[in-house]
Amino acid sequence: MADAVVIAYRQWRLERRMFWRNPTAAFFSFVLPLLFLFLFGAIFSNDQETLDVIVPGILGLSVMSTTFSALAMNITFLREEGVLKRIHGTPMPPVSYLAGVAANAVSNAAFQVVIVVLAGRLFFGIGWPKDWLELAVFAVVGVATLAALGVAFSHVIPNFDAAPAYTNIVFLPVIFISGVFYDVDTAPQFLTDIARVLPLTHVIDGFSAAMVSGAALSDHVGDLAVVAAWGAFGAIFAVRGFSWESRRS
Amino acid sequence: MSASAPAILVRDLHKAYGDHEAVRGIDFEVATGEVFGLLGPNGAGKTTTVEILEGYRSRSGGIVSVLGHDPGQRARALRERVGIVLQSTGMYRHITPREALAHFARIYPRPRDVEEVIRISGLVEKADAYVRTLSGGQRRRLDLALALVGDPELIFLDEPTTGFDPAARRNAWEVIRSLQELGKTILLTTHYLDEAQALCDRVAIVKDGRILAEGAPGELGAASTRYRVAWRGPEGEMQSRELEDPTALLHQLTSAALARGESLQDLSVTRPSLEDVYLELTAEEPEEALRG
Repeated sequence: MADAVVIAYRQWRLERRMFWRNPTAAFFSFVLPLLFLFLFGAIFSNDQETLDVIVPGILGLSVMSTTFSALAMNITFLREEGVLKRIHGTPMPPVSYLAGVAANAVSNAAFQVVIVVLAGRLFFGIGWPKDWLELAVFAVVGVATLAALGVAFSHVIPNFDAAPAYTNIVFLPVIFISGVFYDVDTAPQFLTDIARVLPLTHVIDGFSAAMVSGAALSDHVGDLAVVAAWGAFGAIFAVRGFSWESRRS
Repeated sequence: MSASAPAILVRDLHKAYGDHEAVRGIDFEVATGEVFGLLGPNGAGKTTTVEILEGYRSRSGGIVSVLGHDPGQRARALRERVGIVLQSTGMYRHITPREALAHFARIYPRPRDVEEVIRISGLVEKADAYVRTLSGGQRRRLDLALALVGDPELIFLDEPTTGFDPAARRNAWEVIRSLQELGKTILLTTHYLDEAQALCDRVAIVKDGRILAEGAPGELGAASTRYRVAWRGPEGEMQSRELEDPTALLHQLTSAALARGESLQDLSVTRPSLEDVYLELTAEEPEEALRG
């Protein structure tokens, strides 16, 4: 067990090192949320009410793109390249490998949280988060859930050429419906109903409570439960359905 | 497990993919310390057989034992004792061979020294270059290095020198021979006959999911009852014939040459080589060859 944890830690360290060596991936992960923040900040600079919705929304978008989208694409790539097959031929415990890879995505998400919180404080008049614990709880549960769903979703993607299309056909509608750019409660009823089922909506609700309104964690247990349910679903499919080889071979 | 137990034992192995039977009843054993080659054309079932032994595929029937384990159970204890060079695998792009070897070495209980593995696999100059900048042959050397870094007792090599230039091939052969001297057991697949001849203690010729012949590379040809006679004819062209008893033909050739007052050039009488046996056994049916 201790051994499996040590191997997972080494895998995570390797993933970190490789992440920084691939400038395109690093650039996208950090510049995209900043770009969104500054664009919306410029558009709504006099509208604090809208900024209060958008800043936690952008944080939700950033977390989803560095966990769900990045993992779905990376796992598909590594599977097609045969890296996963090679790893499967070594004594590497599968759980250690998956934990190391997921921890890498979690690290990126942690950076995003820091960037958005700082930007909210410095440029968008949101101030420091009202409830740090609540922010941490939603960040941890949200990131773990979206990471598990990303790995699980990679099983659906037939090959790497199709990966961006498959990932975006989920990512783009979800970020719009989940209220990244507007308050979900002001949307038409059918969209609100869909949004209430999706995990990202509840992650953003939690971020919003922690960063802006200061609503207590106890008022958002329902949100947490929905996210955790998706997380359990994602984790089961990520592990049970995990395939180390591409279907082509 | 007794000392005489084979490193690999395969009995009546079958593997079907849907309606297609890729392996149709294969039997062989590989003794500890032996280099055993599976030789055959593409699609013969070599890789399927090896991937069952490596634990990548399930079997449809038969018995398989690798170092006393059923590879289908995927025990970590077995994978710690086995090194694998797959026919094609990828590696992370933004990592150097030295880093990759150090990373994978730590998964094994008793790894080899990383610097030593870099040296014997011929990666000294590229040890600190990113994998994405390596040539195909250099990546193949890294594949071999990664298979050796755990200091395995048993090594699977699936077409290990495909894409190598002649010098790199010789070097890989030296590495494989040095592994043999260390007492490692090696299961090799190849479609290069000279490779099988140079490296293997025993080979099995595989076609259509069955073993057609098995034995030491030198004996496979010698077991044949036929001789091959080759000579240079009066017009200067090479001729050859295969027959059970060459006495009459040789008499005919020598007397004809004497009658012409010439010497007989480039005369040879040989047993069929491994190559001849291989080509004969793996030849396509005539009508198939025409269609193909």
